[in-house]
Amino acid sequence: MSEVVTDGRSAQAQGLGGSGDPSSPRGVRAGFSPRRPAQAGATGSRRRLSPWWGALLPLALLGVWQLITSTGAYPASQLPSPAAVVRAAGDLWERGLLQQHIAISAQRVFVGFGLGAAAGLVVGSLVGLSRWADALLGPTIGALRAVPSLAWVPLLLLWIGLGEPPKLTLVAIGAFFPVFTTTASALRHVDANLVEAGRAFGLRGVSLLTQVQLPAAVPAVIAGLRLALAQAWLFLVAAELLASSIGLGYLLTESVNNGRTDRIFLAIITLAVLGKLSDAVVGLFERWALKRWA
Amino acid sequence: MRVRLEGVGRRFGDHVVLDGVDLDVAPGEVVALLGPSGCGKSTLLRAVAGLDGVDGGRVLLDDGAVRDHDPRCAIAFQEPRLLPWRSLTGNVALGLPRGTAKRAGEQRVAELLDVVGLSGFAGHRPRSVSGGMAQRTALARALARRPGVLVLDEPFAALDALTRLTMQDLLLDVLAATPTTVLLVTHDVDEALHLADRVVVLGREEGHDGARVVRTTAVDLAHPRDRGDAHLASLRAELLELLGVPRA
Repeated sequence: MSEVVTDGRSAQAQGLGGSGDPSSPRGVRAGFSPRRPAQAGATGSRRRLSPWWGALLPLALLGVWQLITSTGAYPASQLPSPAAVVRAAGDLWERGLLQQHIAISAQRVFVGFGLGAAAGLVVGSLVGLSRWADALLGPTIGALRAVPSLAWVPLLLLWIGLGEPPKLTLVAIGAFFPVFTTTASALRHVDANLVEAGRAFGLRGVSLLTQVQLPAAVPAVIAGLRLALAQAWLFLVAAELLASSIGLGYLLTESVNNGRTDRIFLAIITLAVLGKLSDAVVGLFERWALKRWA
Repeated sequence: MRVRLEGVGRRFGDHVVLDGVDLDVAPGEVVALLGPSGCGKSTLLRAVAGLDGVDGGRVLLDDGAVRDHDPRCAIAFQEPRLLPWRSLTGNVALGLPRGTAKRAGEQRVAELLDVVGLSGFAGHRPRSVSGGMAQRTALARALARRPGVLVLDEPFAALDALTRLTMQDLLLDVLAATPTTVLLVTHDVDEALHLADRVVVLGREEGHDGARVVRTTAVDLAHPRDRGDAHLASLRAELLELLGVPRA
């Protein structure tokens, strides 16, 4: 899911100052290059292309896949045909299992993401705004961040046991770090000129925080939330690979054990589609928020 | 409001920027500070607005010492420094003194936007207006404070030449309507001569590490001034020579 980071312009609050609105009331054309919010996605001659172009590669892959399977070069246990995967989906759907897997996985992602993102916002704000919190917490959190997701699983099972809590915790851990990192760094790097202007006009402490620092950090924080959601899906599968009896990660392991390659494909494709869909929703929110705040 | 600087010094580490600056600005007077780049003009201005402290001497507003981010001063910077997520109205409202009643504040902001010719853009965001319009908004924000001292740090330097001239005249209109003490830093000798009652040149003197006042030139010419006036031309030549640009 590397596409979640392509929208890099959101990470930094954009520069201030004017842009060229030719309709100055005095008829004076100021010498600033135009940069209108309505065209925020288009820089110069690089216009945004239709999103349908993105469907081209998957369709091509589907064609190649169909072609290869119809030659019979690989046995179905290694490479099932697209039709077989669709049949597997229909079969699980009719028995109500696919919906169940999807629902429980989505629920784990969203609840875990909510918990982790909230914690990331709070701790990130603390570390971003307070030099003390940064000095005390920064190194530890940095080290914890380096722990691979799967390494947490045994410990979580040992401490929290089976059931939903360890899975939600693992997803929350996955969502925490991107939000923490972007929030802390955005608050640390709020344009010093803006902060000084705020101070010069009498803002202090909490009013400075709510009127200048937090709004300035919004675009970067939203980019962090988007990364966190992608990461939540990654950690979900790690959580479900071990010790679960339902969910897309379970479908994956169970299918491996039963030699159901068609269902392995189904699980992977479902994860990809769900991840992309939820990312697209956050992407829409991000575009709205950038218009509003940046 | 009267502004007095008495032997003001400022150093950053070993680097002495200001070394005994004396200056007395009468209420309602417009004083332009000129000087070579890096001579400490902005540092001096920041000290007057209480954005930065001094290491020696004192800064007095009327008879009291300047306070931290003094509410009696209002500043406009070289860049507009508007909050990008607020409309022009919201940005001007930031300048209102704390505790302004809501209705009175709204009315004042509307008035000021009218004064700077931006009534039709009140709801616009800073990034959708021109640099000149953004800078006019910043000026309105500063005026919203009804400041005793208006502190302007190269406020028109980033604008194109034509916009700069209209902004200068706009400032004069505003000051004619509401006389205010103004301290203006500029690189532009013509701007200083067009706007100021007095032009003060900062620079280094023998035996001093930092900058101090090396010349004060009164500009005794009523507004509106003719930019091509012969008296101004001779003052310009004099000041440019002092700044190291001799007459060709």
